[in-house]
Amino acid sequence: MADKNAIEVRGASKIFGTGEAQVAALDNVSVSIRENEFFTLLGPSGCGKTTLLRLIAGFDYPTDGEILLYGQDIAPLPPFKRPVNTVFQSYALFPHMTVAQNIAFGLEMLGKPRAEIDGRVAEMLRLVRMEALKDRRTSQISGGQQQRVALARALAPQPKVLLLDEPLSALDYKLRKEMQIELKRLQNQTGITFIFVTHDQEEALTMSDRIAVMSSGRILQVGSPWDIYDRPAERFVADFIGETNFLHADVVSATGDGRATVRLSSGVEIPATFPASVMPEGKVTIVIRPEHARVAAPNGTSAHVGHIENVVYLGTDTHFHVRLDDGTPFIVRQQNSRNGNSQTSFAAAERVGIEFGRDVAQILKD
Amino acid sequence: MASAQESARIAEREDIRNRWLLSAPALVIIFLAAIGPLFIMLAYSFMAKGDYGDVKFGQFSLDGWFSVFLQRDIFDDTVSLADAHLTIFWRSVRLSLMTTFVTLVLGFPTAYFIATRPQNRREVWLFLVTIPFWTNLLIRTFAMQEVIRNEGILNTALMMLGVIKSPIQILYTDTAIMFGMVYVYLPLMVLPLYAAMEKLDFRLVEAGYDLYAGRFQVLRRLIIPLVKPGIIAGSILVFIPSLGAYVTPRVLGGGKNMMLGNLIELQFGQGRNWPLGAAISITLMVVVMTALLIYVRGAARAGTDNNG
Repeated sequence: MADKNAIEVRGASKIFGTGEAQVAALDNVSVSIRENEFFTLLGPSGCGKTTLLRLIAGFDYPTDGEILLYGQDIAPLPPFKRPVNTVFQSYALFPHMTVAQNIAFGLEMLGKPRAEIDGRVAEMLRLVRMEALKDRRTSQISGGQQQRVALARALAPQPKVLLLDEPLSALDYKLRKEMQIELKRLQNQTGITFIFVTHDQEEALTMSDRIAVMSSGRILQVGSPWDIYDRPAERFVADFIGETNFLHADVVSATGDGRATVRLSSGVEIPATFPASVMPEGKVTIVIRPEHARVAAPNGTSAHVGHIENVVYLGTDTHFHVRLDDGTPFIVRQQNSRNGNSQTSFAAAERVGIEFGRDVAQILKD
Repeated sequence: MASAQESARIAEREDIRNRWLLSAPALVIIFLAAIGPLFIMLAYSFMAKGDYGDVKFGQFSLDGWFSVFLQRDIFDDTVSLADAHLTIFWRSVRLSLMTTFVTLVLGFPTAYFIATRPQNRREVWLFLVTIPFWTNLLIRTFAMQEVIRNEGILNTALMMLGVIKSPIQILYTDTAIMFGMVYVYLPLMVLPLYAAMEKLDFRLVEAGYDLYAGRFQVLRRLIIPLVKPGIIAGSILVFIPSLGAYVTPRVLGGGKNMMLGNLIELQFGQGRNWPLGAAISITLMVVVMTALLIYVRGAARAGTDNNG
C-alpha cells in the first residue's frame, strides 16, 4: 500500500443552523486516507459520517478546516469540479435514462469523445455484469441491479476517490453479503480509493483496510479492523463494535511500549495493553472480548469466580452469562466443537472460574 | 353450484346497472351543458343568417363556412382570401405562442424558486401567486392599462429616469395584448410547473453535480426532462385560453387589434352573422385540438427519445 494520502481532512467542522439551534455535525475532524485504501467511516446514525462524506463530495462546505485531495485544497470547489464520485444511499439513478445512458452521463459531462464513452460504458457494464440489461430503464431492474448501475456510473469517469454512502443498506441480507464481496473485488480491480460509510460494524470489519469510528461529530479511533476490534481505545468504540465485557482494575505497572500489568478486583494480576497516547495509572476500565475468555471449574488459576446466570446455545457458539462475585456481569463465548468439549457443558447456577488467554485485556482511555 | 353461478351473474349485472344509474346525473349534465351547445353551434354554422342576427331555421347554407377564410367581391363576385380574418387568425396564434413562451420563461424560475423553499414557506409563496385571481379579470386588465398607457406608470418612470424622451406607444398594440395575457395567465403556468417540480427528487440534481454536470447541464439534461409533464400541462393551460382571449385584446388592443375571441363576438353582435360566428368558433376549436394533438404527440416522442 502506497503511503501517499489520497484525502487529508484537516480540522474540518460543520455547523448547521444558527444561534440557539446550532448543531455541530462535525467537530474539528482530522483524518488521512491513503491511496488505494478501502476506508470506512463507521458510527451510529447522526454521528457525522455522512456529513464528512458530503464535505468530501462537495455537497456541503465546511464551516472550518481544509480538505486536501492529493495535497490540493478542494474545500471551496463545487462538486462538479472535484474528481470524486459518489454512490448514493438511494442510488439516485436518473429515471428518464437507460442503464447505459446513466453510466455514460458523467463521461458526457466531461466532454469525452463518443467512441471513448461507448468503450468505457461497455467496459463498466462488463465490470458490474450488467451487459444484458444495458437498454433497460432503471425502474425496470431490481434493487441489486440498481446498486450495480450506481457503482458503474460512479466508477465510469475514473474518479480519484469513490465515496459510498451506505450503499448496501437497502439490500436484503443475502444480497448484501454478495455485494460486499463484489465491492471488495471492484476496489481491487480498479485500484481506486474507496471511502465507505456504514453503521454496520460487521460490514466495516469484513471490507475495510482501515476504519474510523465516529460518534457525535468526532473521530474516536482510526485503525485496521483488528486494531478497532482487539485494541479499542475508548469505551464507545469497544461497545459499538461487537460484544464486550468491561471490568474495573487497578494499574500495577506500565511501560512505554504500551504494556501494563493490572490487578483485578479478585486480586489476580493480568497483563494488559493500552493505547500509546496516554500512560494509564490508578483505577482504569479494561475490556475483554467474550471469545477471549473461557469458563472452567474454579481453581487457583481463575482470574475471576462467579456463577452462571444463563446459557444461550447459538449453534456454532454457546454464550455463558456469568455474574462475577463482585457483581459485574461477564459474557463468555465458547465455540462448540464436534469432539464433545466437556468444558462447555456448564449449567445455569453452577459456580465457575473465568480464565483469560494471553494479551486479551485492553485498557481504555478515560 | 349452478344457482350460485346464476346469482353471482345477477349480482354482477345489478352492480353494472347501479353504476350507470349513479353516474346518470353527471352524464346528463355533461351531455346537456357541454356537448349539447357544441351541436347547436355546429347546426347554426350550416344555416342562413337572419336579417337582424339569429339564423333562418331549416335553411341550409354554406355562407358561414365560406366566409371564414374567403370573401366575395361585392361588385364582380370574384373570390379572394379574407385578409382581415387571416390577419386575426395569425395574430391570435402568434400572440398565444409568444404568451406561452414568455410565461414559460418567467414561470419556470418562479416555480423552481417556490419548490426549493422550505415546506412551510412554499404555501405562502403559492398563496401570493394566486392573489391576482381574487380580482375580476376586467378590473385587472384596466389596471394594466393604467400601467402601460402613455401617461402611465411605466412611461412616466422611464422618462423620469431619462431612458426615453417621449412616451412609447404600448397601449393598443400587439405588445400590450401580450403583456396583458402574460400577466393574466402566468399563474396557470406556475402552478402545474410547481406541481411537477415539487415531486422532483433533488438527490438526482445532486447526483448530476457529482457527475461533473454544471448548473446549465443539470437544468438541460435532468431538471427539464424530469419536469416535462409540468411544462406540457402549463403550456396547454396558457395556450388554449390565450387563443380565445376576449377581454384582454378588447381592452388593451383597442378596437383595431382584434383576436379570434373578438372576431367571434363581433359576428354575434354588430356583425349579425351568427353562422359565420359559429363557423369561426368551430374552426378555433379544431385549430386548438389539432395543435394540442401535435404538441402532446411531439412532446411524448421527444420524451421517449430522450429516454432512449
